[in-house]
Amino acid sequence: MGETITRAHLSEAVYQEVGLSRNESADLVESVLQHISDSLANGDTVKLSSFGSFSVRQKGGRMGRNPKTGEEVPIKPRRVLVFRPSHVLKEHINAALSGKTAAAE
Amino acid sequence: MIKSELVARLAQANPHLYQRDVERIVSTIFDEISAALARGDRVELRGFGAFSVKSRPARTGRNPRTGAPVHVDEKFVPFFKTGKELRERLNNADIPEGKLLAAEEGDEDDED
Repeated sequence: MGETITRAHLSEAVYQEVGLSRNESADLVESVLQHISDSLANGDTVKLSSFGSFSVRQKGGRMGRNPKTGEEVPIKPRRVLVFRPSHVLKEHINAALSGKTAAAE
Repeated sequence: MIKSELVARLAQANPHLYQRDVERIVSTIFDEISAALARGDRVELRGFGAFSVKSRPARTGRNPRTGAPVHVDEKFVPFFKTGKELRERLNNADIPEGKLLAAEEGDEDDED
């Protein structure tokens, strides 16, 4: 618990699971992320069943405030990426982590 | 784009791979991310974004109909923070007007 997983870990998993070379496994991980990014940059939603969906939302401009100085700052209209986890993912995480906390108590 | 379309695009770009291997590659990646989150780990993919798990403490809720207090257990929610490169790319991309969804109420969880 508390570790950080990176591309290298994902490539290693692909290498172990599919048996391509390490280099090619790394390229494919990159390629997957690239295809998802391309689709989003196109304005499309990406839905990965049992994981979740990514979509791009347009947000309007508004007046914000610098919390430190109290100064008003305009926030320009922008696009944000929203990830909605699937029920399967949420349940998977809760089943694993709630059990752990309960066991530790 | 759904998972099968992602697989089809990858298979097209990698004609030397079997489609079922491409399917396994895609599943392995997302299964690995899910497993990491289920261990409470963070997944950081530079330029794309980072997945983490946030915990929502246990609280006493209320049944809105009867007003009776109900205990709500501690809950864990997966969270995604968009990477800088991808965020910039989305904001500079030429996306046709009307293709995007407008922001929803309560959508304010992106901090920057």
